[in-house]
Parts: sequence; C-alpha cells; structure tokens
Amino acid sequence: MGCMATEQSYVLAIGTKKGLWLATSHDRQTWSMSGPHFLMSEVPSIGIDTRDGRTRIMVGVRSEHWGPTVAHSDDLGATWTEPEQGAIKFPDGTDAAVERIWQIYPDAESRPGVVWAGAEPISVWKSTDGGEHFELNRGLWDHPHRSEWGAGYGGAAAHSIVVNPSGENVHVAMSTGGVYRSLDGGSSWEPRNKGISAYFMPDPNPEFGQCVHKIAADAAVEGRLYAQNHHGVYRTDDNGENWDSIAEGLPADFGFVMLTHPRRAGTAWVVPLKADGERIPPDGKLAVHRTDDAGQTWKRLDSGLPQGEYNAVLRDAASVDSAEPAGVYFGTRGGSVYASPDEGEHFTEVASHLPDVLCVRAAVVSAALVPDAPVPV
Amino acid sequence: MADISVVLPSVLQPLAGGQSILTTPADGAVTVGLLLDSLAGDYPVLARRLRDETGALRRYVNIYVNGDEVRRLRGLETEVAAGQEVVIIQSVAGG
Repeated sequence: MGCMATEQSYVLAIGTKKGLWLATSHDRQTWSMSGPHFLMSEVPSIGIDTRDGRTRIMVGVRSEHWGPTVAHSDDLGATWTEPEQGAIKFPDGTDAAVERIWQIYPDAESRPGVVWAGAEPISVWKSTDGGEHFELNRGLWDHPHRSEWGAGYGGAAAHSIVVNPSGENVHVAMSTGGVYRSLDGGSSWEPRNKGISAYFMPDPNPEFGQCVHKIAADAAVEGRLYAQNHHGVYRTDDNGENWDSIAEGLPADFGFVMLTHPRRAGTAWVVPLKADGERIPPDGKLAVHRTDDAGQTWKRLDSGLPQGEYNAVLRDAASVDSAEPAGVYFGTRGGSVYASPDEGEHFTEVASHLPDVLCVRAAVVSAALVPDAPVPV
Repeated sequence: MADISVVLPSVLQPLAGGQSILTTPADGAVTVGLLLDSLAGDYPVLARRLRDETGALRRYVNIYVNGDEVRRLRGLETEVAAGQEVVIIQSVAGG
C-alpha cells in the first residue's frame, strides 16, 4: 500500500525526571526522537502552543541544583530561549520562591498569547505574551484558605487549569486543596468540591481540602468537567456546583490521568491504578479506559499495551492531540511511552527505557516543520 | 585595587559567556551577597541558578571563600577581601 506524506504531522514532547525528548511523526505510528534536551533536569510541565501561526514548545524545567525555570523553543527544540529575568518568579513582598512549574496551559484559540501556568508553592500565573513572562494571580495567592491548603505526596501545587470558551470561568485544581472556581476570569476564587469525597480527612465532605489529581473540561458541553480524584472519578454538569461519581464500571477509582476529547461531547479517558496500597495498574495489566457517554459506561482499551506493567502513569504524563480521530498518548514511570492514532483503540510503543515520564504533550503541526520524520510508505 | 575572582563550575560556564573565572575589581572587602548582585547585572540567568527570587542561596549550591563554605561562616554576609578567590561548586549527590 502506498501512501503520500500528509500535510499534517505530529509532535510528541516527553518530559522526564532527567530531561526532555521530542518525537515527530507523519502517521502517529513511526516516530523520530531527539534528545535528551535539558539533560539532568526534570521536565514536569510542557505546553505546545500552535496559535499565532507558529509552534512554540514551552517547558517547565527544574534542576535539583540550579532551581526551576521556563524555556521555550519555536523550532521544535533546535534552540531554546530563557527570559533573562525568568518567566515565572514571585514578586517582591511575597517572600516566596518558585519550586516547580507543574502546568503550562495555552488558552483558547480566540485568545492567542494568553498562557496560564500552575506552580509549587500553590499558585496560578498568567502570561499575555506567549509564555515569556507570567504574572502571579493575586486573587488565589491572597485567598484566606491558602494557609490551610496542604501538600500532596508530590508537593503543594496548582496542577490543573481549565478556562471556558468565554474566558470568564476558570477552574483550578490543586493538591491538596481541591477544585477552586473563578467566575470573573481569575480575580476571585471559591472552592467547588461538593460531592467529592476526602475520606482521609475527619470530615469526609469538607468545603475544600480534597486531593484532586486532575480535572479536564468537556469540549462540547459548557459547564461539564471531569475529575480524577485520590479515590473517586467525578463529573459536574453545572460548572462545578455539584460533582457526581462516574467511577462505576472502572476497575479502580484511583489514578492520576483525566483527558477529554478535543471536540466530542462525553468522551474522556482515564488510566486506573489500584490504590492506596499498591499503586500499579490493577493486576499489573495496563489499560486506558474511555467513556463516550460522559461516564455512564467505560470501555477497556489495552491493544498494544503490556499486560505485565507495574509502573504508574502520572497526572500530566498523558495527552490527546486535536486530529481526527484524536490521538491518545501516555508514558509510565518506567519510561515507556505509548501512542494511539485512533482514540485509544490501538497503541504502539514510541519509546522505552526513558527516565520516569512526568509529562507528555502532543500536537498537530504542519508537515513542513518536521521534514526529518519518517514518511509512511 | 585587587581583583576578586569567582571560579565557576563547568556546567555554569555557558551562562557566563564560556568563562571559567569571573573577576571583579575591589578596593576593599565586599560581601558574597553583593558580589552575586554584581554578577546578576552582567549574567542574570547565571545569577538565577545560584539564588532564588527571595535572594536565598539554592540548597545544593555551595560557595567557598578562602576554602570555607559560606554556610559555615556568615552566609551571604560573609566578607570577601580584595585579592581573594570565591569558588562555586554544586553538591555531588543524586541518582
């Protein structure tokens, strides 16, 4: 079967405990790898921004010795730029220092240049210049609850940021503090955790303090979001006012990943882990689970995945692209990375034996950007 | 007036234009903090690798003045005399 090179190609950025690898492909099955970039630094966050007619890869980088920083590349990693004074730094008077950048989130297509970031200590940041300089969100930083937010095992961080199409509704999830919502574009914030259990606290249904692992918005239903919690998988249909369990049908209600389809209502993916005592795929059998009806039913997807895998998949070590059908990607703490060109029905291994995978992000880009990627024949 | 020399580890030299030793003129003693402040003017990215935005020395960055690590002296208030050498070495650790 002959096949011409398509006009679009794919970039997969893999952030690990010891550096960044970039993979490119024309068909999402055969990949060319470059890296490591930032060797010996961890890369816990990546944002791929394809707005404004360019492909900008932004990475949160953290060296144990030399601290955290944010760098970006507009040429698929050939060169990297770091703002001299730092892209994210606490302003004078806060007496705080950035420990780690946990999230880099390019805003909607209609708001080019706007990029959000979540960091440790728990803080949210907003850039209006494409991720070169960020400003601290004072509404959340000055919130009276801040002194009561705790640290999850990985640290105290704002790790999920979701902005609705109008830009007015912003949801942030933090470990551990739960979900907070702003209805005014990020100026003021209120906890929105009703229905999400925090079984590990004296009051299992507190106003805040939940250990939410990841939230994601339904692309086609305004006000609908999904949450993977520390035990619990939930959905809200009223913009976070109430959360309902959608864990039935899953082999475990624990996990870190929550992905949603770029366009289709009701479609989301999770990667269940057995917990708390084990934290491995149930019975060591790695599988992604997808719902196409907003969590009423789940389909197990394991074609191409090892059925003897004992490593966890972390909250940002998974991604979807915007192609049709959507691609699904994830990496394990054992350094394996998998890609599916068909929404999870079939996976192939992109890489193995990398350091712990902390973050995976994928994007559709112009084929002209990746002439070196293998062309399907 | 004698120079104060700051010796950089190889991993940081690209952030100082490839130099292994930076020199700054001094006609008397200066503190390590002021010395790092003056480096920040010329090499801001290098400066951010050494101290966080509160000004604190990063945990695994060790600065030696006359052979003594500054945490055992007066920290960033440690004085460096004209003609002395300051050596920056990262901790050796990790997997």
